[in-house]
Amino acid sequence: MLDNVALILGTTFMYATPLVYSALAGVVSEKSGVINLGLEGMMVIGAFIGATCGFYFGSPFLAFVCAGIAGGLMGLLHAVACVSFSANQVISGVALNFIGPGLALFLSRIFFNGATTTPSISLTNKMPRVLSGLFPESSFFYYIFDNMYATTYIALFFVILIWYVFNKTVIGLRLIAVGEHPVAAQTVGINVVKIRYCAVTISGVLAGFGGASLSLAIVSNFRPTLVSGQGFIALAAMIFGKWKPFGALWACLLFGFAQALVIFLGQFHQLHLPMDLLSMLPYVLTIVILIYFVGKAVAPSADGIPFEKEQKI
Amino acid sequence: MKRVYFVLLVVGLSLICFGCNEEKAKEKAEFKVAMVTDVGGVNDQSFNQSAWEGLQKAKEGLKVDVSYIESKQDADYQSNLETLLDAQNDIIWAIGFKMADIVMQVATQNPEQKYGIIDFTYGKEVPDNIVCVMFKEQEASFLTGFIAAKMSKTRTIGFVGGMDVPVIHRFKFGFLAGAKYADPSIEILSQYAASFSDAAKGKAIANQMYKNGADVVMHAAGGVGDGVIEAAKEKNKMAIGVDRDQNDLAPENVITSSMKKVGSAIYKVTESFTKGEWQGGKTVVYGIKEGGVDIAPTTSNLVPAEILSEVENLKKEIVAGNIVTPASEEDYNKFLESL
Repeated sequence: MLDNVALILGTTFMYATPLVYSALAGVVSEKSGVINLGLEGMMVIGAFIGATCGFYFGSPFLAFVCAGIAGGLMGLLHAVACVSFSANQVISGVALNFIGPGLALFLSRIFFNGATTTPSISLTNKMPRVLSGLFPESSFFYYIFDNMYATTYIALFFVILIWYVFNKTVIGLRLIAVGEHPVAAQTVGINVVKIRYCAVTISGVLAGFGGASLSLAIVSNFRPTLVSGQGFIALAAMIFGKWKPFGALWACLLFGFAQALVIFLGQFHQLHLPMDLLSMLPYVLTIVILIYFVGKAVAPSADGIPFEKEQKI
Repeated sequence: MKRVYFVLLVVGLSLICFGCNEEKAKEKAEFKVAMVTDVGGVNDQSFNQSAWEGLQKAKEGLKVDVSYIESKQDADYQSNLETLLDAQNDIIWAIGFKMADIVMQVATQNPEQKYGIIDFTYGKEVPDNIVCVMFKEQEASFLTGFIAAKMSKTRTIGFVGGMDVPVIHRFKFGFLAGAKYADPSIEILSQYAASFSDAAKGKAIANQMYKNGADVVMHAAGGVGDGVIEAAKEKNKMAIGVDRDQNDLAPENVITSSMKKVGSAIYKVTESFTKGEWQGGKTVVYGIKEGGVDIAPTTSNLVPAEILSEVENLKKEIVAGNIVTPASEEDYNKFLESL
């Protein structure tokens, strides 16, 4: 019984990790006042570049960084459209969701002789499972930590880091100010454009990490269906978590836990639970908790509104 | 601003033209055969790719002109089928059951055009201008089930299915029957992922099965299977692949794969057409006997020779009709009674 609990916890963390990165990506971008619907597309690019660099370089961490850079470039594209050209942020995000998978396929065919699935990375060259060797096989902690890759710990680190930046530093405060009232921020000398550029680019980097945590840890290759909706779930988790880093973390963990529960319950055929209905559980649970427990989630006031320097107060 | 719009328009239009990458005819040929891939694309390393390889073989061996169009989304099927119709192909292949309704519709509207569809049958009402190609996945899976039971040291094996649909049932019950045939007392865990793409789910299910004592897990679940194989790789257990030889994903762990040779089926139907025998109005079924399904050639890497020779004998029994492999739960229960 106890190892079942451990396995569920382990699966929860495995499932939640890519979501945590992307939900944080959403938080950073939207706190600065730019809606980022392109998380999914950024994740796809991150997953592809991660798997490709991992295959060629043989170093998971270098590949992880490359995936972040690739995601960051996507973020930069979003920033150029939304901040410099005041484009509609929703449209730009949707466009990124088309560009991401298309570009990944296009590049994959160039790199791998026409194949849309990248070659598998060997076990020694993928993300290490840092703590899994410490516990004897089949012990309680073994089942928890056996599914936790370095990416999981890095994700938790980012949660704390971003919480710290938002709550304890001047830059964080400025970023929040820009997201709440850019005109006021500008009048006190904050460079709104610069802050938004940085935030959206960092958001892309985080989403790229999220994609790579799929292709370098959960599996070790990229295929076009690898990222299928995680970006949107992360977006939901961000709202669910009220645009706060720890809120987003709990939301992702809850979602991961619901998935783990589905998998656990699915093994008992005597219960006669139809898997299709059971698979709805995470989504139904999200809606129910959102309605009854979370209460009203309020977005940053200037979220989605393009900022123009000349605009009248 | 106008200039910007113009540039965007040009870029947009040129992107659209990238989509129409039909292979150009290189030499004069008697017949023209084309295919529409499903959303996996022609290099999916699965059945679309296999289909295209079959057509390329036909180009070499049968002197037919071949081409393909890729579908980026489900909504492309109809327009792609119409494009190929306008290109005056002799046979248009639709790869995958997702195109079933649309193929029926366009075939009814164009009774002169010949169509082929993979993995789907309209039952008794197949129009004369459509040939339906089905596979006996259960036969190859029977063999992989047999291998799994023979290779298992814990006497427990597992099966991860994508969705609860007939094509997956053929894989599943074939596998179960093969395992029970090898060892009636073997314990079999099975679970559906309710997805064909969620690799994390596949990995979690496989981890759970390995924890519960299984040491061989087969999947028939598309992208979910990547997770299953990954779990085998990390836990150093055995896994069984599907559709194509998946040994390259984990050379130490994927002991065999239940292969479906879409390409050879397409080749054969095309071949008989070039000889003047169109198999329209029929459902042709490819099993081991017809070379439509088989176990992977890399099986000999990890499976000992004595098990392989037993597998060879089983193949002969299946071809001779002495073993009827079950394709559904009902057949499987009957099969169990007959053991």
